[in-house]
Amino acid sequence: MASNEKSYAPGQHPDLPAPTNLVGPIAWIRGNLLSSPTNIVLTALAAWFLYTILPSTLNWLFFDAVFTGEDRNACRAAGEGACWAFIGERFKLFTYGFYPLEQRWRVNLSFVLLCLAMVPVLFDKVPYRQYGLYYAMAFPFIAGWLLVGGNILVLELPIVPTDKFGGIMLTLVIGVTGIAFSLPLGILLALGRSSRLPLIRIFCIGFIEFIRGVPLITLLFVASTMLSYFLPPGTKFDLLLRVLIMVTLFASAYMAEVIRGGLQAIPNGQIEAGDALGLKYWPAMRLIVLPQALKISIPGIVNTFIGLYKDTTLVIIIGLLDPLGIGRASLSDPKWTGLSNEVYLFVALFFFISCFAMSRYSLYLEGKLETGHKR
Amino acid sequence: MPNQTDGANQNQADQNQNANLAINIVAMHKWYGEFHVLKDINLAVTSGERIVICGPSGSGKSTMIRCINRLEEHQQGDIIVDGVELTNDLKNIETVRREVGMVFQHFNLFPHLTVLENCTLAPIWVRKTPKSEAVEAAMKYLERVKIPEQANKFPGQLSGGQQQRVAIARSLCMNPRIMLFDEPTSALDPEMIKEVLDVMVELAQEGMTMLCVTHEMGFAKTVANRVIFMDVGEIIEENTPDRFFDHPQHDRTKLFLSQILSH
Repeated sequence: MASNEKSYAPGQHPDLPAPTNLVGPIAWIRGNLLSSPTNIVLTALAAWFLYTILPSTLNWLFFDAVFTGEDRNACRAAGEGACWAFIGERFKLFTYGFYPLEQRWRVNLSFVLLCLAMVPVLFDKVPYRQYGLYYAMAFPFIAGWLLVGGNILVLELPIVPTDKFGGIMLTLVIGVTGIAFSLPLGILLALGRSSRLPLIRIFCIGFIEFIRGVPLITLLFVASTMLSYFLPPGTKFDLLLRVLIMVTLFASAYMAEVIRGGLQAIPNGQIEAGDALGLKYWPAMRLIVLPQALKISIPGIVNTFIGLYKDTTLVIIIGLLDPLGIGRASLSDPKWTGLSNEVYLFVALFFFISCFAMSRYSLYLEGKLETGHKR
Repeated sequence: MPNQTDGANQNQADQNQNANLAINIVAMHKWYGEFHVLKDINLAVTSGERIVICGPSGSGKSTMIRCINRLEEHQQGDIIVDGVELTNDLKNIETVRREVGMVFQHFNLFPHLTVLENCTLAPIWVRKTPKSEAVEAAMKYLERVKIPEQANKFPGQLSGGQQQRVAIARSLCMNPRIMLFDEPTSALDPEMIKEVLDVMVELAQEGMTMLCVTHEMGFAKTVANRVIFMDVGEIIEENTPDRFFDHPQHDRTKLFLSQILSH
């Protein structure tokens, strides 16, 4: 074999399969788990840790757990496991809050409509996407009417006061509203902050710096109590609506700064190219600058979304009951005492699923928008 | 009496020439803050004329052609492009920009759009051309710059020379009457310079009015009607390429030419 003669003509060498120690499961284990002495020790430690903790955790979570039962005694009788029967019994309360029983179909319908509205927003290869987006823009208002009720033309729904809202439904109402309105508002603020017109620029800077300099809890207190001093006496301004406005404004200030970071990353040449082609300010922003700036900002934007979504639990302070609030209230039920582990785990799981989904979607979106360039 | 007739004819000729002027820059000055970048620039370009502008870096040549489509604002003097005077009036600026195409040193393609979308964006949104027509025209120009097969790729997937040709096609899609080139080959590898220059030579032969900032002296000799040499914000010398290269008048020009032609 050892000869100077080439077995192929120059430029004709075919692709050969890689040697077996580079591919396959054994190569993966060797490469990722056992690549160095430190890694071998760490792998062994992790395996030992899992071995100790996994069986007892699984037993508590599933094998010894009680899933049905009337009260705490059913769980006590069964033994050591988690008492999911409690969550099962309170599940509707966790979902709908105190929304009237016979009206809960409206919540369900809103949820289905929400899922439908999200499809054209999240995915771009949907048939009739254009119309889907129009519908998505109308959705917050449709859902608002569905949930609160009242007259629209000939349609009439009984009014449900917003203090009956609670649980997961409340979280979704605040979270979706905040997310849907804070992004466009944040974009406008970010563009305004870099505007050439001093009046607009000063207003945007002032707004952003003020909102960022004040804790959300303070803003919520302002919303719940102080606003009524400023408004003309006798004005009825719904508490939930005030919370929605405050949460949206709060998130939009953070959003503006995230997007400003993205805007600064766009080379000036992009705007010049747009100018040279005769594009005016808004088309240039919409077609050239924002698509690139928003793409860069996706991690920050989703970060803000997730923060906003979790911050909705703060409404507990002004007396609105989100899942965490409902959980805490349920803990004081004498029929079910001492089940805080289960309640907090359930609430944590709910938030984790929502936030993890957002995070995965943002990764998917980044991958999809990658066009093979770094500029 | 014959003299008078001559004078009248001369007047007539002047007026004809004025009407034919694609660009007329008169006593134009520009400052960046305190810094006087362009000093008393006078330049008249007739329709179909091809002008190469050269000079050392910092001489103001890029700034000057960027004034022509108002990417830079001038503070004194007049710039009249295709009969429209550039003032603060946005309408005028937009009119001029629609008629003037520009090719940049760093291409400035839109990286989030495909090559085809890069080319159709302005016709669709500025000229309001229907999409199918815009696509058809774009494909025609992409064929002219010899890369129709790259239409659905993103700029980041192309070589520098290909990107610059896309940038030229993108400008042509707006049917400009004047093309400005700002060092179009300076960011390219030697192998790719030729493919871009070939496209520019073809464009010149078709009669496009062109202003080109470049150090490609071969290109200047082949296509330019006039070569302009700038230094420290002034036009030092302008002449036909033959006389410019063979008998430069000004010492500064001679020095510049000896430096760029020495290797």
